[in-house]
Amino acid sequence: MSTSTTAVLDTPRGVEEHAATRLKYRSQAVAKPYFIAAIGLFFGQIVFGLIMGLQYVIGDFLFPEIPFNVARMVHTNLLIVWLLFGFMGAGYYLIPEESERELHSPKLAIITFWVFLVAGALTIVGYLSVPYATLAKLTHNEILPTMGREFLEQPTITKVGIVLVALSFLYNLSMTVLSGRKTSVSLVMMLGLWGLAIFFLFSFYNPTNLVLDKYFWWYVVHLWVEGVWELIMGAMLAFVLIKVTGVDREVVEKWLYVIIAMTLISGIIGTGHHYYWIGTPGYWQWWGSIFSAIEPIPFFMMTLFAFNMVNRRRREHPNKAAVLWALGTGVMAFLGAGVWGFLHTLAPVNYLTHGTQLTAAHGHMAFYGAYAMVVITMISYTMPKLRGREANSRGAQKLEMVSFWLMTLAMVAITLFLTAAGYVQVSLQRMGTTPMPFMAAQDQAATYYWLREASGVVFFIGLALYIISFFVKGKTDEAAH
Amino acid sequence: MSASFTKSTARNIFYGGAVFFFLLFLALTFDTTQALPKRDNRVNLTEQVARGKNIWETRNCIGCHTLLGEGAYFAPELGNVYQRRGPEFIKAWIKGQPTGAPGRRQMPQFHLTDGELDDLVAFLKYSSEINTNNWPPNIEG
Repeated sequence: MSTSTTAVLDTPRGVEEHAATRLKYRSQAVAKPYFIAAIGLFFGQIVFGLIMGLQYVIGDFLFPEIPFNVARMVHTNLLIVWLLFGFMGAGYYLIPEESERELHSPKLAIITFWVFLVAGALTIVGYLSVPYATLAKLTHNEILPTMGREFLEQPTITKVGIVLVALSFLYNLSMTVLSGRKTSVSLVMMLGLWGLAIFFLFSFYNPTNLVLDKYFWWYVVHLWVEGVWELIMGAMLAFVLIKVTGVDREVVEKWLYVIIAMTLISGIIGTGHHYYWIGTPGYWQWWGSIFSAIEPIPFFMMTLFAFNMVNRRRREHPNKAAVLWALGTGVMAFLGAGVWGFLHTLAPVNYLTHGTQLTAAHGHMAFYGAYAMVVITMISYTMPKLRGREANSRGAQKLEMVSFWLMTLAMVAITLFLTAAGYVQVSLQRMGTTPMPFMAAQDQAATYYWLREASGVVFFIGLALYIISFFVKGKTDEAAH
Repeated sequence: MSASFTKSTARNIFYGGAVFFFLLFLALTFDTTQALPKRDNRVNLTEQVARGKNIWETRNCIGCHTLLGEGAYFAPELGNVYQRRGPEFIKAWIKGQPTGAPGRRQMPQFHLTDGELDDLVAFLKYSSEINTNNWPPNIEG
């Protein structure tokens, strides 16, 4: 395509800039509590991350009050729930605007919000206040045992609640889309969200046969994060890029389709990289290695996409922070999900690295780079509008950008130190003629765990500044240059 | 991307690719389920193993340990702990927790009965006999 990448046209002042409210549709306002809850839970997630990080080096820290398994459950479940809050807020904001009509039922959206928040809070309180076995008994896990599997630790009743919340959310959005304008962005968003709900149903299948249990557990976990969630991510990124760059929708949506096509072409069979060593047939080593080796491509395209659109921008959006988050998402998703995933995805490598700190390194940067950052991108773009302005003041944006760099660089450091710890673990415990026992190898990696914890503190400071940035006042500079 | 490559082409690749590869995935899933009886040690799936798996789950063992390499990386792999330590050691170890050694990682006391300990060990023995393509690389897990 031939359009100049440097020409910056005069800033078109949209009609909305003169309107009393910055929202095109009043019902978009229901997104606000979702985003606030997301940020609050994100804060909680990081607090528990710091506790676990310390337990890696001071093993009896907070024991027996908060054993490691409880802290981890809270850390990972809060992550999932705050991302879901973020996706839902994004859905409630994006779908009316794309559909060019009010949300089907704003009231239902608010009821759903409180149901989800209370159910989520009760679950976390349950994790922290009673032993897990007691929680299982109290919630009658024996009726339909689904608890005690990684990331799916929620009591069965909470899982049912998640399904109901998702159905209410999907009903609300689907009705809005059906009676309004249908765009590729909203279609992809809805496909992703429906996929999220449908694949979650596999969390109710927990056979005694451990291999079948593990096999279909990945139908939730992998087909979420390396499948349908990428559709949601792509749609959110495309939406924000259209808004902040003013690039023609046709161009953005073409990119979106190519990216998500590559995502599913590589990612669905790529599930095979989890089927190397859990009792499944050996041919998965071929399927998994080949297809997951192309999984970085859609993420790389995501990076190109973000930079391309920003370079070809036809307006100077006053919200510089949102543009920075969008670009950051492209880069960090590629590094975390693409590069760090590829690092250990080939079967002969994975034979040595499976279930080590290398997995943790990849998990941290991928979740932050892809999903945490895309939700923050959306929040960064929409929150000023939800608060009645096109963009935040210069001071607030400056602080938000400082928080971007602190959190992002801290996450790079966390990933590098965990990778180093993983290398120590693999070389001492998995290789050589006299392999070390697990704990002996862990002791050898202690320095890296301390450095990881220090990086975690920097991340926490970054997050605190991010939250403070919402309270920084100052004059809004509408046409900042 | 060139202008002759249109949005609807991209959309068709997306839908075609998604459907084709999802069907392929289902076919591979079907083939896997057909191949599993020879690999997943289902002949030894007893009532006791089922009770043991339930204890494994309701104590959230996966929150610290890995099993066949999946789980948390805070404590040792247990897919082959039956071969590494043997049944008596495993039961004595669980009974003896927490060690209380200052500064060391601690495992909670779960107050399991002798019957429950036997169930859990039966589950770990069953797990250790699944054909995992020779993973882990050595006895240390």
